[in-house]
Amino acid sequence: MRNCEALIIGGSAGSLEVLLKVLPALDTDLAFPVLIVIHRKNGADSLLPELLSGRTRLTVKEAEEKELLLPGVIYIAPSDYHVLVEMDHTLSLDYSEKINYSRPAIDASFQTAAEVYQDRLACILLSGSNADGVDGLKYVKDWGGMAVIQNPDNAQVAYMPNQAKSQVKIDHILNAEDMAEFINLLSQSKRYGTA
Amino acid sequence: MELSAISDEQIEILLSDLLENYGYDFTGYSKASLKRRVIRLYNLDKIPGFAEFRYKINNDVVYFKRFVEQITVNVTEMFRDPGFFKTLRDVVLPRLGTYPLIRIWLAGCSTGEEAYSITILLKELNLLHKSLIYATDLNPKVLEKASQGMFPLTYMKQYSENYIASGGQEEFSRYYTAKYSLAKFDDELRSKIIFSTHNLVSDHSFNEFQLILCRNVLIYFDRDLQHKVLELFNDSLEDLGYLALGSKETIDFSNLSGKFKRLDQEKIWRKVN
Repeated sequence: MRNCEALIIGGSAGSLEVLLKVLPALDTDLAFPVLIVIHRKNGADSLLPELLSGRTRLTVKEAEEKELLLPGVIYIAPSDYHVLVEMDHTLSLDYSEKINYSRPAIDASFQTAAEVYQDRLACILLSGSNADGVDGLKYVKDWGGMAVIQNPDNAQVAYMPNQAKSQVKIDHILNAEDMAEFINLLSQSKRYGTA
Repeated sequence: MELSAISDEQIEILLSDLLENYGYDFTGYSKASLKRRVIRLYNLDKIPGFAEFRYKINNDVVYFKRFVEQITVNVTEMFRDPGFFKTLRDVVLPRLGTYPLIRIWLAGCSTGEEAYSITILLKELNLLHKSLIYATDLNPKVLEKASQGMFPLTYMKQYSENYIASGGQEEFSRYYTAKYSLAKFDDELRSKIIFSTHNLVSDHSFNEFQLILCRNVLIYFDRDLQHKVLELFNDSLEDLGYLALGSKETIDFSNLSGKFKRLDQEKIWRKVN
């Protein structure tokens, strides 16, 4: 892949702990936007951005419709809406059918972003108990992007990364402890053009 | 490189066909969602190629209707976002109670779940007898379904929970009778709803209302179309009337924001000048 222009992180059961580890260690001048799509119960809407913004000096906010993706900002998919990426790098919200029993669905964000960013997209799939995100990762690979998963042995719930591992050609398998450094390197190689 | 079943250019071709042959204008819809839905239908119906797809849409009216039904999002539920319905119940509808006739427009009503929810609120506030709800959608097929007032019985548990969370105090089951696997809502509720086609993109204002609800429709429109539709709502709203949008929608970006005052908490604005 070429220089990373967007990072999407998807996860379900057991992924919040990973984020709580990763976010505090991220560079505060990340060279690309980060979209986080985490399955959770409806209604607990404002809690996740608030919780995560306490862990980093990067701006953390709920994704809004028509919002332009900006480097160094962390966007959280709102509960009960899919988040799609448009060709002009803005976000759309979508209240269509659940995918893999999930809304937001990781697949919806991975797939739409795959086409937009092609070989400048990195996607990370974390711990989880269903297969959402796996089809999306395939799509990311087809379009030339980078597919990363949490090491299933390191994941609280191994099913989701295991499914990805068995169905998709994964570029990197990482432990939660190593993920922030990996993201920082993606950012630095973009910034300094070493990729 | 083109990996998706249908390219952006082919989507554009379909959209201009629809406009030319049927007068349906989807060109102001957000592209990512629209494209996903077109490809979903294309795969679902196992269409062998784009040419066949295009031909079918343009020459088979039955298929054209299916196409419109499938590319628009018709996901809805009763008393979705209970907090919103609680505000309608506690704040908005009681204030409308002073009017001799309450006219409500529910734009983009889909299969009608919200329309019936509102009639239940009106009935409990003792306002139903003097209310009329104009429930519109661009899609005739969902309106047919809406006018039957029958929803899967299996959903009633969720709807009942939503209803209670929105401040409802009755037995929810008093509003419907079970018919096999369906819950048929009372004719009394149905009798105050007028279901009719209306396309927000191309049709004009058709009445003046004290309350307009349009929830989770604007998210599928681009900014220009959002501006246009908000103007249409403004033209269709009486002074001191209310405009209610979906929980992730806003009027903040539009010229209207100066003329409207938002209620606390919910996405409800009152026209103040």
